[in-house]
Amino acid sequence: MSAEIKIKKKLGKFQLDVDIVTDSSRLGILGSSGCGKSMTLRCVAGVERPDSGRIVVDGKVLFDSEKGIDVPPQKRKVGFLFQNYALFPTMSVEKNIAAGITGSKEEKRRQVEHLLAMFRLRGLEDHLPGQLSGGQQQRVAMARMMASRPEIILLDEPFSALDGHLRDDLQREVLETLKNFDGTVMIVSHNRDETYKFSDALSIMDSGRTVQTGSTREIFAHPRSRAAARLTGCKNISPAKKLGDKLVLATDWGLRLHTQEAVPDNVKFVGFRAFALQNAREPGINVFPFTLRETIEAPFEIQYILEAEGAQWPVWFKLAVPDKNAPEAEFTGLVRIPESSVLLLD
Amino acid sequence: MENLMEILKGLDFSPLFISLKTGVVATVVCFFLGIFAARRVVKAKPRVKAVLDGLFTLPMVLPPTVAGFFLLLIFSTRRPVGGFLLDTFGIKVVQTWLGCIVAASVISFPLMYRNARAAFEQVDPNLIYAARTLGMSERKIFWRVVIPSAGPGVASGTILTFARALGEYGATSMLAGNIAGKTSTIAQKIASVIQNGDYLTAGVWAVIIIIIALVIIFVMNIVSGKKMKNFRRW
Repeated sequence: MSAEIKIKKKLGKFQLDVDIVTDSSRLGILGSSGCGKSMTLRCVAGVERPDSGRIVVDGKVLFDSEKGIDVPPQKRKVGFLFQNYALFPTMSVEKNIAAGITGSKEEKRRQVEHLLAMFRLRGLEDHLPGQLSGGQQQRVAMARMMASRPEIILLDEPFSALDGHLRDDLQREVLETLKNFDGTVMIVSHNRDETYKFSDALSIMDSGRTVQTGSTREIFAHPRSRAAARLTGCKNISPAKKLGDKLVLATDWGLRLHTQEAVPDNVKFVGFRAFALQNAREPGINVFPFTLRETIEAPFEIQYILEAEGAQWPVWFKLAVPDKNAPEAEFTGLVRIPESSVLLLD
Repeated sequence: MENLMEILKGLDFSPLFISLKTGVVATVVCFFLGIFAARRVVKAKPRVKAVLDGLFTLPMVLPPTVAGFFLLLIFSTRRPVGGFLLDTFGIKVVQTWLGCIVAASVISFPLMYRNARAAFEQVDPNLIYAARTLGMSERKIFWRVVIPSAGPGVASGTILTFARALGEYGATSMLAGNIAGKTSTIAQKIASVIQNGDYLTAGVWAVIIIIIALVIIFVMNIVSGKKMKNFRRW
């Protein structure tokens, strides 16, 4: 199981320049809206055509501009799950599912039966997509996709249109379905939780470019670039200046941070996650005084917006406690930024 | 009143049938040509699109007599194309019922084309992409996915085309002429009886065509009403 996506495509002023190589069969592409991640997925599906480059999935060359290979989407054996599901609005659930099945009438009927049962759609056969709930629509889209027996499954922001509770349920269902699928799965999303759940390997995209590819866990633990840090949820990022072997200046806050790792010469940014900070009782390494600017109470966490002396930008400090009256939530005025949590970025 | 009864008794109904026949045939021709043209244009690259769109819309914007002039230039039996058609196939367009059809088709074609195109452009491209990844052939996608989704727009285009073809006057009178029982459509009949000062006969034909028009509008509202179901009232 592997994938190689090295493509370039010009879209007006926007330049897509993707370079992803992975040997994982569960690839996530994480990027903010408009970074080109959906376009990348469409190129893999073959419904958009790159200007140049090469797309190989599981050893099958789907596109190679040098060799003049461009397999039509009909022959790529990809299943594509669209954000809006793209169900055929004038066809019943049954016809939607049957659309991708080839074979005799009998064979079609048998397969549709099987999929209706598998995706709990019995009794909805004759409904039109417009008469279904969001969750039911997604199940029809999954059934239709599986009916065409894909070898690659592509998920394009599959859960963005759903609200919280339904999203969790559907994610679980889709994960369950994919567990038994032995081909390659690629998921594109701007949601870090989603990509974390669905992928083993992760590629970070920023304004059309691939900035980092690696194991999902590794990237969440050690993002290497500002875009990767931000997309994986790091709230505190500042331009940085190297001061010593293991000492770096965060210029936005005027903080001299000790680090666990050696500071590279070309370090451009430094960051730390809001959850990594700790209340401190006494001075020490990486303990700094802060003024409390604002307290935001979320259902299961407290967010403190802090200000270092003379700094222009606030620091986010999050504690996973039920309310601000919990003893461990009390803000002491001193905050420790553990050396191991300092992220060095370029 | 007696006059009216007399006129109705003695009325030659051939213009009604010529108009209806012309309308139906021209609509069938435009239906397929319009859909085909719209599909071409929707798939074309921007520059080609602009040129084709201009060409296909032209008959609607031009005065019908200008269209008639060009049609005469093409189909006159003294001209290369018209002469070739007559000599090789024995087909004569000028001063024949075929001329009625050609004129009505050319004039009403843009209505079919533009409505079909607008309807196609409204179709969510993801539907087409999804269909492709499911392995459906382009032809199957067009007839099973695009046409049904664009159905109401295509249908109202068809009805407008029929309405326009039914009432075509300018280009028809130039190309097909006004030969009683052969090329004399309702619109031409009204013009000629008025020239003879026969307002009563003209009025009878006017009422007939108003009834047909009302039926067309009614049918069109039913057809596009399905599409409008999801819109809120103002």
